[in-house]
Amino acid sequence: MAFAQHIGTTRYVFPDLKTLLARATPFRSGDALAGVAAETAEERIAAQRALADLPLAHFLSESVVPYEDDEVTRLIQDSHNKAAFAPIRSLTIGGFRDWLLADAADSATLAALAPGLMPEMVAATSKIMRAADLITVAAKCENVTRFRNTIGLKGRLSIRLQPNHPTDDPRGIAAATLDGLLLGAGDAVIGVNPATDNVEAVLRILDMLDRLRLAYDIPTQSCVLAHVTTTMRAMDMGAPVDLVFQSIGGTEGVNRSFGVDLALLAEAHEQALSLKRGSLGQNVMYFETGQGSALSADAHHGVDQQTLEARAYAVARRFSPLLVNSVVGFIGPEYLFDGKQILRAGLEDHFCGKLLGLPMGVDVCYTNHAEADQDDMDALLTCLAAAGVTYVMGVPGADDVMLAYQSTSFHDGLYARAALGKRPAPEFEDWLNRMGIGSTTDAIPARLSPALIGLA
Amino acid sequence: MNTPSKWRDLRRFTDARVALGRAGNALPTAAHLDFQEAHARARDAVWSKLDTAKLEEELLLLSLPIQRVTSQAEERRRFLLRPDLGRRLPEGTVLPKAPGSIALVIADGLCASGVQQQAPALLNVLVPALSKAGFTPGPIIIAEQARVALGDDVAEAIEAAAIVVLIGERPGLSATDSMGLYITWAARRGSNDAMRNCISNIRPGGLSADFAAAKALWLLAEARKLGATGVALKDEMPSTYRLT
Repeated sequence: MAFAQHIGTTRYVFPDLKTLLARATPFRSGDALAGVAAETAEERIAAQRALADLPLAHFLSESVVPYEDDEVTRLIQDSHNKAAFAPIRSLTIGGFRDWLLADAADSATLAALAPGLMPEMVAATSKIMRAADLITVAAKCENVTRFRNTIGLKGRLSIRLQPNHPTDDPRGIAAATLDGLLLGAGDAVIGVNPATDNVEAVLRILDMLDRLRLAYDIPTQSCVLAHVTTTMRAMDMGAPVDLVFQSIGGTEGVNRSFGVDLALLAEAHEQALSLKRGSLGQNVMYFETGQGSALSADAHHGVDQQTLEARAYAVARRFSPLLVNSVVGFIGPEYLFDGKQILRAGLEDHFCGKLLGLPMGVDVCYTNHAEADQDDMDALLTCLAAAGVTYVMGVPGADDVMLAYQSTSFHDGLYARAALGKRPAPEFEDWLNRMGIGSTTDAIPARLSPALIGLA
Repeated sequence: MNTPSKWRDLRRFTDARVALGRAGNALPTAAHLDFQEAHARARDAVWSKLDTAKLEEELLLLSLPIQRVTSQAEERRRFLLRPDLGRRLPEGTVLPKAPGSIALVIADGLCASGVQQQAPALLNVLVPALSKAGFTPGPIIIAEQARVALGDDVAEAIEAAAIVVLIGERPGLSATDSMGLYITWAARRGSNDAMRNCISNIRPGGLSADFAAAKALWLLAEARKLGATGVALKDEMPSTYRLT
């Protein structure tokens, strides 16, 4: 169906929903690269006005990627909960924005609403929201998950400890892990990106992380971020797998480019559940996403990158994950050119994920060919902490020596917690206190002796 | 060595930025400025420009025809925003035909200073070795605002048997002088990454120019037998393999 909007004497026409959404999107380089961005600022506001007048119910009858062609669309349509949608079914996108910002939309209301929301509804609403709106609404969401601790409670900010090493050297990984623990990181997960997807190497890291966790008796979980099929092999071989990781996207095509589909993810999910390793809960999946992946895989169907990103969250929530994060600045300047675009995208991704019910974190990051620096990361981190982000990354000195990009440091995690009055996950906070962590001296507390984890 | 009990002892085990100390919750000044310096170097490397005259001078002894081109991206900002244009020669570009040759491209990629520093040493050993192995090396194309796949357009124009692209790699905080080498047998516009073999991290402190040249020659010799590069060609170079 076509949409039209007058601005002054100019009449703008948008032939279908995906075009309307794309033209309404605040500017970013990836949409220009895909050829779907608005040509002028006036065309963009015309699309935003038309979008604001669009009834939410329209999304039940028009998909941005055809139902017959795409299993993600089928998942979104078939799992939509009409009862949960009922309270907002007569609203427009603009009316829904006002509804979300009003005090009546509290945590309990938003939690009950989540199954009634489709990703495209949420993405559409975000396109007519400012940064402050995205922060305000996200901060009201409380999406709690559990494995060996409790993630996502109000007033808490968790950190994924990311101790990557260029050659997967177990002692290098252990040293970076201890560094992070001493700086209060690791309650979201201790998660290593392996340098290779080799099964033997992955088994070695899994085993080493599990022994480290047990040696220090840390109430947290570990993960090696290998391909899901590699982790399934590792589970077959009896490896201590806490969380199954996979990168996912918002169309069947991009997921195929990652070597996965919904059936494979379901199989991995079942296999991880069968291990029953969680002591407090059984949220066993960890997903990463990022705007631009579908265009990069030539599987975007002419849909803007932010709408597709929100669709990836529908894939994620099907599997009740412990953690989901957008790797917002990793993909490069052809998708998000500068600090301004990365800031906006990070807040959109967090808002959309939270509203859809996910334990949403963000990898606040950039590459050296993007127009961004540490100041941009500080701004995004501070905004996200104000928005109640579930977790951020912790990398030694913000410099990932394996992936060659800059993320947030352990120090940044301490800063964000202090600046916004946030605390670690409760079980982990107790552990930090028990172990005597928090001192600024050079001495390592005896209970955390490096010798206990093979560093001698 | 003594049993580690101090935070700073962790530095023994990794090059990651561990045990940086604290000023409140922030980095101490020295560590903060170390990071800023590394980032400044990486940023300058991304925006660095090839000194083509100097390159030509350093390649003089090879006595190969040299031609300069610029991709359709034309300038740096456009190059960063439009990877597709960095893969294309401007329409109507004329290159000397050398059917059946191994054409060589020196491309700035994401780090002109990296390829500037590493390419001459590598070509000065690779080119004579190619001749000795019965290949016809050259011409050399110096390409600005260029991505790897620009080599496909070059190979098509030259009618080369294969294209070897030397290209500056995206700078990290620890290395801003790194070069990659990509080989594509029978490259033509539309060739994809699965059809290439890659040698990465060529720099002092990474792979040496001699080692990379030996590997490139081995791959080309195998590609000639196979009639293909890419997933079909596994790198099984014996550790004893030498250039001559």
